[in-house]
Amino acid sequence: MGKVLMKGNEAMALAAIKGGCDAFYGYPITPQNELPEYLSKHMPLQGKVFVQAESEVAAINMVYGAAGAGARVLTSSSSPGIALKQEGISYMAGSELPGVIINVMRGGPGLGGIQPSQADYNQITRGGGNGDYHVLSFAPESLQETVNIVKESFSLADYYRNPVMIAVDGLIGQMMEPVELDQEINEKVSPEKTWAANGESAKRGKINKIVSLSLDPYELEKHNLKLQKKYHEMIANEQRYESILTADAEIIIVAYGTMARIARTAIKSLREEGIKAGMIRPISIWPFPSRAFKNLPTTVKTLLAVEMSLGQMRQDVVLSINGQLPVEFYGRAGGVVPEASEIIDKVKSIIGGHKNEN
Amino acid sequence: MRNIEEKVIVAGFGGQGVMLMGQILSYTATEEGLNTVWIPSYGPETRGGTANCSVIISSEMINSPVVPVPNTIIAMNKPSLEKFEPKLTPGGTALVNSDLIKDYTFRDDIIVYSVPCNAMALSLGNLKVANMIMLGAYLESTHLFEVQAIEKTFNKLFVGDKAKLITLNKNALSAGIEVVKKQRI
Repeated sequence: MGKVLMKGNEAMALAAIKGGCDAFYGYPITPQNELPEYLSKHMPLQGKVFVQAESEVAAINMVYGAAGAGARVLTSSSSPGIALKQEGISYMAGSELPGVIINVMRGGPGLGGIQPSQADYNQITRGGGNGDYHVLSFAPESLQETVNIVKESFSLADYYRNPVMIAVDGLIGQMMEPVELDQEINEKVSPEKTWAANGESAKRGKINKIVSLSLDPYELEKHNLKLQKKYHEMIANEQRYESILTADAEIIIVAYGTMARIARTAIKSLREEGIKAGMIRPISIWPFPSRAFKNLPTTVKTLLAVEMSLGQMRQDVVLSINGQLPVEFYGRAGGVVPEASEIIDKVKSIIGGHKNEN
Repeated sequence: MRNIEEKVIVAGFGGQGVMLMGQILSYTATEEGLNTVWIPSYGPETRGGTANCSVIISSEMINSPVVPVPNTIIAMNKPSLEKFEPKLTPGGTALVNSDLIKDYTFRDDIIVYSVPCNAMALSLGNLKVANMIMLGAYLESTHLFEVQAIEKTFNKLFVGDKAKLITLNKNALSAGIEVVKKQRI
């Protein structure tokens, strides 16, 4: 199959089906509605489950139930809806249930607006729910990268027995771009779900119980340490990023998602003017790709975090560079998408500052 | 391959078919092996006010998907023209629905084609094809695609009950092409 023009939300829905999704549970919210709309038509045609739940809280708990029974499950929502799902996500992490959550981000806080945003960064990477847990999270920049990651995420969720979140801003959900749905991807081999509560206890000879309640603190600590081991494995194996023109860079922009694409345009113009700008583009946002910031060339004087939020990702850049370089910031909030010219102006003002110092 | 870098904003009232115009350009670009991005406005402004979409068509990889400075604007009504004419790049092209845009002083550093697409659509028997007349005008002003390439997209998009609309839409496309040809002379 060649490239087809698809809307982001619909492409993600089709990618989920291709990734082996058995069931979808969700509740409507802009700007991701085309995703459940597409699945409401296509899942039943394939003998798969589609449920529009009565609320986001119900939807995530249906995900918990279906995942517990061993199904490959998906839910999708947008920022305030994801906030409502956080309790269920924490329970899934505690019970070690796989599941995929697509978050098409809009401006916040509260009900906020419906225009594109990246202000869920802390909600995603720090966990909106309770307890020591993490959600494996990816923030792709194009529809092609998005569909590939959605497809792969089901096997990643199964492999780690952990929720996986795909975080895109509203623009990626709403825009159309040519995509190839059947590109080869590296899927992890999913282990057999011998833990699933799927009605086969007689065959198995033991009853599988899926709970996150554990009243003995020593047992619960042991469980937490087991989870930590898994998170360390993710930190070792799942840091994903792209380094762009960093080898001779004087300034390195750090940006993800649509913001990274806009930064690419800015970098192209800056390079044409002789300003050596480069970019580190996180693809995984948890684990944050700290590895990308090790052994940067000595030409680099400054990092510049650029976000559609107000400095949330910058904190991870600061932690990664650990005081070795200054980390500047530029961002817009509330659904405003920065233009390349704004990034160019910011870079020039920083470079100008360097010259004054010399 | 041809070297193409086109950024167009299509705008009008909700219901004038501006989203479809943009999509047809992106579908055709995809078929021609070009890179393309289509972005709709999706705010509450689509109810009654102006609706718009931006389309980038490029022979290169498309970086920023947003269009702050278009090469071309297609304005199907006056509020759309007022909103996007200031953003048009110097030397850019504005295609305007002259049936709904009267007494307007245009910038003097842009090329303007006036297309009475409402009246022309009515003479073809269906006001709804005003957008395809405008698409024909756009095609003639940019020479982005061969007319056959757009017609191929019609054949793909208008299927089932809608297949009977293909001829009407092809005629609308041709009518739009003629208007711009005449204004060139």
